[in-house]
Amino acid sequence: MAEIRMREALRDAMAEEMRRDGDVFVMGEDVGVFQGAFKVTEGLLEEFGEKRVRDTPISENTIVGAGVGAAMAGLRPIVELMTVNFSLLALDQIVNHAAAIPYMFNGNARVPMVIRMPGGGGHQLGPTHSHSFEALYLQVPGLLVACPSTPADAKALLKAAIRDENPVIFIEHESLYGIKGEVPEGEDRILPFGEAVVRREGRDVTIIGILKMAHVAENAAAELEEKHGISAEVIDPRTLRPLDLDTILDSVRKTSRAVIVEEGWPHGGVGANLSTLITEQAFDWLDAPVQRVTGADVPMPYSRRMEQAAIPHEENVIQAVLAATEGALPGTADKPGQGGN
Amino acid sequence: MARVPDRETCLELLGRMCLIRRFEEEAGRQYQRAKAGGFLHLAIGEEATIVGTTSVMREDDYLIGTYRTHGHALARGTPADAVMAELFGKETGTSGGRGGSMHIFDAKRRFMGGYGIVGGNLPLAAGLALASQYREEDTVTVCMFGDGASNTGNFGETMNLAALWKLPVVFLVENNLYGMGTSIERHSAVTDLSHKAEGYGIEGERIDGMDVLEVRDRVSVHLEEVRSKGRPSLVEAFTYRYRGHSAADPEVYRDKAEVEEWRQKDPIENFVKVCLEDAVLGEEDIEAAKQQADKTVEAAVQFADNSPDPALESLYEELYVVSETMGWYAVDERSPEPHPGELGEEAPAAARDLAESVADRESEIEPQNRPGVRD
Repeated sequence: MAEIRMREALRDAMAEEMRRDGDVFVMGEDVGVFQGAFKVTEGLLEEFGEKRVRDTPISENTIVGAGVGAAMAGLRPIVELMTVNFSLLALDQIVNHAAAIPYMFNGNARVPMVIRMPGGGGHQLGPTHSHSFEALYLQVPGLLVACPSTPADAKALLKAAIRDENPVIFIEHESLYGIKGEVPEGEDRILPFGEAVVRREGRDVTIIGILKMAHVAENAAAELEEKHGISAEVIDPRTLRPLDLDTILDSVRKTSRAVIVEEGWPHGGVGANLSTLITEQAFDWLDAPVQRVTGADVPMPYSRRMEQAAIPHEENVIQAVLAATEGALPGTADKPGQGGN
Repeated sequence: MARVPDRETCLELLGRMCLIRRFEEEAGRQYQRAKAGGFLHLAIGEEATIVGTTSVMREDDYLIGTYRTHGHALARGTPADAVMAELFGKETGTSGGRGGSMHIFDAKRRFMGGYGIVGGNLPLAAGLALASQYREEDTVTVCMFGDGASNTGNFGETMNLAALWKLPVVFLVENNLYGMGTSIERHSAVTDLSHKAEGYGIEGERIDGMDVLEVRDRVSVHLEEVRSKGRPSLVEAFTYRYRGHSAADPEVYRDKAEVEEWRQKDPIENFVKVCLEDAVLGEEDIEAAKQQADKTVEAAVQFADNSPDPALESLYEELYVVSETMGWYAVDERSPEPHPGELGEEAPAAARDLAESVADRESEIEPQNRPGVRD
């Protein structure tokens, strides 16, 4: 077991798949000579050459569209978009073509491609480089959506995505690129999409967190145990489409309470969607309304303090859990309610 | 006017153009009868541009087009039955009734689709050509699009990428002088669209898109140049559609006289004239070609009429490929199958049990500590 950073895990996944399959190639803005805006493609150009590690002009819609065309002709492109915000320039090709082509041509064409994009706030990159669009892509039938939170998952999911026959939106979090984690060495580990993981077992409340918020949820759970005597179960769905709803529902049926944590906007968000699914399918088990902790409903501000205020933190999760468990658990009855978070 | 080819080629060109003309006329009629729905974009008048181009392409070259591509598929050899059935939304259509008139597709004949977003097919063409280059194959992609698409960001982005990467694409503008209802002088700062190639350092040429022989001659030159030199080029075929942009077009933006003037340059009638003058074909050949087109189209309508609608149970099929790396797909959490959480009688029964067990404990719990009780 080696301890490596998230960006290295992603790079290794690409390199291993490129060694395995000559049809796999990477293209994107500054993925080659520059080694990637976030250094995720570091070393790939040296190993695989310009044919398979292609620097592109700044033309997002055409980069993605060219990937779709190449995939239709049988190649397996990995397209890197520099941030999720820039992916909006390619939304036409992603939604109208990558997602729709297999269906609109009745399965006579396939689009086996991966579109990687980092998002999330925390680096004072302001209102055009810091957003979270998981919900946007989650909404589109025809796409798969991955949102890994650990180096091991990132590597195994990216390898699965590259081998998959469907178009995959692979969302990475800029703040997680540097985190270290154990990744099995020399092992061809594939993590199937649609398998959530229980990061921490608990009895009183289920906290579901994605990307960086999976870590925030885990930290909050530790503090809830320590300071409030609340036993929280933490689930990281790892992929949003397909979604492992069974694991989430099993947990909610056990704890009767759910808190969903995401960095994206509240309206029509991942939490809004998941909350509805939980309410529709486990209503009778719920002892409190499902709580959501989301990013603030504003474009991401630049100011350090304002940006931090717009991103969920452990404290927000703890407050939401206290609201969900208000008066119902030992040790919390005397605490003021925090509902309506 | 280019040199008239041999009899067999002339029959082939005439046959394809007549088939497209008849097919489009009949499609319009069937649309009036509500057999075809949605939008219907007819290519009547543009037959020479289509057939001239496809007639000099190799079987393994890729063709990709727009939402006005019934004719392109027919020219590539897709059976009229399957194209008409797609217009009728039937299971036997080229796209199983999922795509419709704007999304005809036939991978077997390397017709890589009609696309509904103006300019959206250009990046795809670059990708197809990239695949050819990547595999060191000498296939060329022909990307056809309208004059309106030459104003989109995709045009600029794709021309630049294709020129930069030396991708084997012939970009062919079917310049029919209108982006929907907006005439070219009102939608493009440069009306000689072949000049748009200059900014990308590639060759651009305007040709007479009403003359099937000129289209053949010039496009075959471009195809071979692109094939041998491995770089893209831009061809602007000057053409005209007699019908409106779509079937829902009152045509307030142009004079009837203008349409009449273009009809004098009719690609089929003029080609017939040349063939007769050159004596490569006789009147009976022309008559036979038209009759064959009538018969094919009549049979296509019958085929489409008699074909079944797609099965409703197939609504979710072909959305994803389920493979070994994927455990399962929650395509839709609520349908078509209910989620296990909703299944059977167990759910209400379990809920009842739970409610009863809570009720049993109720008396032991202080009111303010009851689960789920909120002010």
